[in-house]
Amino acid sequence: MTAAIPAEASTHRLSISGMSCAGCVATVENALKNVPGVIESTVNFAEHTATVRGSVDAKLLIAAVTASGYSAAELRGLEDESEKEAAELAHYRSLMRKFIAAGVVGLPLMLAEPLGIMPMLHSPSGRIFWLAVGAVTLWVLIYAGGHFFRGAWKSFRAHNANMDTLIALGTGAAWVYSILVVLFPDLVPSLARHAYFEAAAIIIALINLGQALEMRARGKTSEAIKRLIGLQPKTARVIRDGRELDIPISEVGLDETIRVRPGEKIPVDGVIIEGHSSVDESMLTGEPMPVEKKAGDEVVGATFNKSGSFLFQAKHIGADTALARIIEMVRRAQSTKPAIGRLADKISAVFVPSVLIISVFTFLVWNNFGPEPRLSFSLVATMTVLIIACPCALGLATPISIMVGVGKAAEYGILIRNGEALQQAGKLTTIVLDKTGTVTEGRPTVTALLPASGWDEQKLLTLAASIETGSEHPLAEAIVSAAKAKGIKLSAVSGFEAITGHGVSATIDGSKVLFGNARLMAKHKIDLGNLPKRAKELAAQAQTPMFLAVGDSVAGIVSVADPVKPDSKAAIARLHAIGLKVVMITGDNRATADAVARAVGVDEVMAEVLPGDKAAKVSELQARGEIVGMVGDGINDAPALAQADVGYAIGTGTDVAIESADVTLMRGSLHGVADAIAISRATVRNIKQNLFGAFIYNVLGIPIAAGALYPFTGLLLNPIIAGAAMAMSSVTVVSNANRLRWFQSGQART
Amino acid sequence: MNAWTVNLAGLGLIGLIVWWFWLYRPPALRAAGPQPIEIIVADGVYTPARIEVPAGKPVTLRFIRKDPSPCAEKALFDSLSVSADLPIGKPTDVIVTPPQPGEYEFTCQMRMYRGMLVAR
Repeated sequence: MTAAIPAEASTHRLSISGMSCAGCVATVENALKNVPGVIESTVNFAEHTATVRGSVDAKLLIAAVTASGYSAAELRGLEDESEKEAAELAHYRSLMRKFIAAGVVGLPLMLAEPLGIMPMLHSPSGRIFWLAVGAVTLWVLIYAGGHFFRGAWKSFRAHNANMDTLIALGTGAAWVYSILVVLFPDLVPSLARHAYFEAAAIIIALINLGQALEMRARGKTSEAIKRLIGLQPKTARVIRDGRELDIPISEVGLDETIRVRPGEKIPVDGVIIEGHSSVDESMLTGEPMPVEKKAGDEVVGATFNKSGSFLFQAKHIGADTALARIIEMVRRAQSTKPAIGRLADKISAVFVPSVLIISVFTFLVWNNFGPEPRLSFSLVATMTVLIIACPCALGLATPISIMVGVGKAAEYGILIRNGEALQQAGKLTTIVLDKTGTVTEGRPTVTALLPASGWDEQKLLTLAASIETGSEHPLAEAIVSAAKAKGIKLSAVSGFEAITGHGVSATIDGSKVLFGNARLMAKHKIDLGNLPKRAKELAAQAQTPMFLAVGDSVAGIVSVADPVKPDSKAAIARLHAIGLKVVMITGDNRATADAVARAVGVDEVMAEVLPGDKAAKVSELQARGEIVGMVGDGINDAPALAQADVGYAIGTGTDVAIESADVTLMRGSLHGVADAIAISRATVRNIKQNLFGAFIYNVLGIPIAAGALYPFTGLLLNPIIAGAAMAMSSVTVVSNANRLRWFQSGQART
Repeated sequence: MNAWTVNLAGLGLIGLIVWWFWLYRPPALRAAGPQPIEIIVADGVYTPARIEVPAGKPVTLRFIRKDPSPCAEKALFDSLSVSADLPIGKPTDVIVTPPQPGEYEFTCQMRMYRGMLVAR
């Protein structure tokens, strides 16, 4: 069958950056017009915007503009959840109305029957009464259960069967049988003349109630996304033609200048062009300390400006902002499934037709071997099998826990790429930590100044910083920064020379100055006195001591270290507490690595590993049978992160595009790793509980409904009880998943 | 009614269930041209539920969700690692590229809504 389906045209508004003349307008317009599906495109040079109508995805339009040499982004804010919430509330109310309507009809019938106050079926007045009951129940089936019948019929036509099929068949069979008993009693053996109108009505009521409760509970599972969307401010104060205007955030264009005052949220991502401030980014990264920002620094939309006022230029808007990308990543991860859920998927795929077959089989067994009235027993058991089977609990068990777990992780600044990473994290046996920037701050600082006799700290630092100004060594930057922080004026340097593996030499104020390790000093026969002993002590504390000599005599030691993050030790203790072996990997020398290892308490150190060999070291651990999680910076450690069973990129701030990592930790603390593993384990445990519950429910429920216990105990389940059990089974799964929302970081307890 | 008649009818019904739901392959809607293929999400089914597309080429599926129940809120193409949130009433374009000929299932999260992309 071939069909040409007309596509709906929609309108996209783009902000275009980089246009400087009318020629640019024509270029961009042509680029847009050439995109298949575009009906019309107009570029407004004054506003730097383009309006495009057609059946085309905005991403294709942006790609076309980028290919023509300009930048573009769609003008839109984040879609809020209010419309979705309103639709869900309306659906919830509709389900509750249906529940009440069906309950009002079914409940009196159910209560009156055991009291024996109902008219007899075969009396003339009784028949009229039961016909009226049948008509009212039919109304219940149409009004409160119509959607089940519609769904069942449409599914049937599509060669598919779902929960609607089971409910429609179960309740439909009850009603049809009952009306036959009323209209044509002779068709049915006298003992089997019983009406089940109340069962049909009550089951419809209970299923509607179950769906309404499930909907309520499901609303809570997407709270994390709602919270993230809620972070976005509604307006921005842009400067256009020298005037400050408050405009909706969806109207902010690329490169626009925006003012942010103290106590306001930053509307979109950009770069500060004037002013400075401290910014609280904790709502996105989980990092509690505010970050100082000045001209040239990047700012991120939805973060909170604390003290200063500044102007910044918008660089990312709409779907390109860090917040939008975080939301997108969380949403995408919430839709993925780990391997643990695949068995449930396979069962779900054949579940409903299998239940239909079991129900037919149940009917036949009762009809052949059951006691009298056989027809009644056959019908009740068949109906109960259809009603009790719950494919939804099985289908929901995994995704609903993933939704809550991934969302909860996002609240801690932990972005989990997919469900598989979550499951793997639960199995880790070893965690490998890169030293620099992971265990340590990654920013070397001057930690000790030990002047020799006749020198002072100020003079020592002045000479060390002056000579290192010309050096590109990472430690040099730490020394120069320390001098600048103290307001030291540096001296002029001449004859600078870097001596590989030793240090540097130069002439300052007419004197020959040497700065480097003990080998450099020995080479120039400098007497170091008792300083080598002090240097050894510093090295044992994970510091790098360097000697400074002026002329023929030593001036002192400048010691530099990359300090261990204050909470690394506590976080590593947490990793130990959850049963993980902790390995530290570094390119540093053995003495420094051992000193850091002792300070934080790791189990094994891999020192002097070249950056390119880190992935091989991870492989070695895997070959030993370990399931390895690797924690690194996401860029230099990318191959090792990719090699590991789970790669954690740490301290990425709001840069979420770390492709090599399975998990992105936006804050720098190692507690994020412990939290990520704890959330992963809690989520997998929750999935297992859900799957176990859903399997057991169906595996036990269906045979009991079919009457497996009847030969031994005389128990045959009432279809109304089956309806209640079925309605509550999905609610139970969703409620269990919601328990993950109460997960708390173990950080506070350490 | 004769018990044998009932038994035969029951076994016949089981046969019909097996054939209708598992063995029968309904004809697929063939995508014509590059325009989006509209898929209505309502009443527990995707309409159309079986769509023939060329293998190795991107195809745009435009989901129009009419069912307010949360079951319908996501469309997942597990084997293609593609997923989409479907807002109620707003057409949502999903671009997928089946890499090679074969059948690619798309479902809701609970796998009650089920559709099939048949790549040739």
